Amino acid sequence: MAVVAWRADRAETDPLTEPQKGRLSFKLASTMDSVAEVEAAAEKFTQAAGLDEDESFRVVMAVREAAVNAVLHGNGYDPNKQVSASFENTGKSLVITIADQGEGLDPATLPDPLAPENLLRGTGRGIFLIRSFLDEVHFRQLHPGTELTLIKHLQPVASEGAEQTQ
Amino acid sequence: MALSIATRQLDGVTILDLSGRITLGEGSVQLRDAVRDLISKGVKHILLGLGDVNYIDSSGLGELVSAFTTAKNQGADVKLLNLTKKVKDVLQVTKLYTVFDIFDDEASAIASFK
Repeated sequence: MAVVAWRADRAETDPLTEPQKGRLSFKLASTMDSVAEVEAAAEKFTQAAGLDEDESFRVVMAVREAAVNAVLHGNGYDPNKQVSASFENTGKSLVITIADQGEGLDPATLPDPLAPENLLRGTGRGIFLIRSFLDEVHFRQLHPGTELTLIKHLQPVASEGAEQTQ
Repeated sequence: MALSIATRQLDGVTILDLSGRITLGEGSVQLRDAVRDLISKGVKHILLGLGDVNYIDSSGLGELVSAFTTAKNQGADVKLLNLTKKVKDVLQVTKLYTVFDIFDDEASAIASFK
């Protein structure tokens, strides 16, 4: 079992199946088994939130890519470093965080995988896919480590004046 | 589900029917080994049947690209057949849809190598 600790704030029931009642957070070892666990949790989470199959696929894929980055690039499979994950349904958005304890990542330094000179590169598409498949992606430096916050809006963000109907 | 690969020949084309996931740790290495094995044996026409591939991640995309470029460097071709909606989605987002020759029916794919 890769889970080394878990915590569900205010949880009286499983927050993945009743996501609006709590925030599930847990810490995992830096292994591919942990990636599989995060992916499975994301799948359960998005389905409970009512996302359709296509939306769920995109969110789950983004979460998996973030977990792979944390285990592989962030922590480098170091058994002394952990990956933290949290899932929260605020009612308006799905908010997922994935954090590692690595040396940090500056997203500004990542090459554009769509640029002609990079299109045939074998790597460098993970963060791009995460950004493509979610509504918001935020990076936070933890010193040490990087935390990614992935946000999928459940309701359209109302533009200014959108509610002014005649 | 890990990746399984079945190999068959048709009209001078080697078809790899892939089934499962092409992801880091679950299928990327098998795909790489299978394609490199064919290229090392001098196979020039390779068609990857992806009709039963329900998931590909960035690592799997990287392997598809590597298969494509390795083949090109050896004077061989790797083409794709029967993309599932999810794989097509990912290839379109990453613009790799424009890189590969992609077919929806096998006969057209086989004919394209001639």
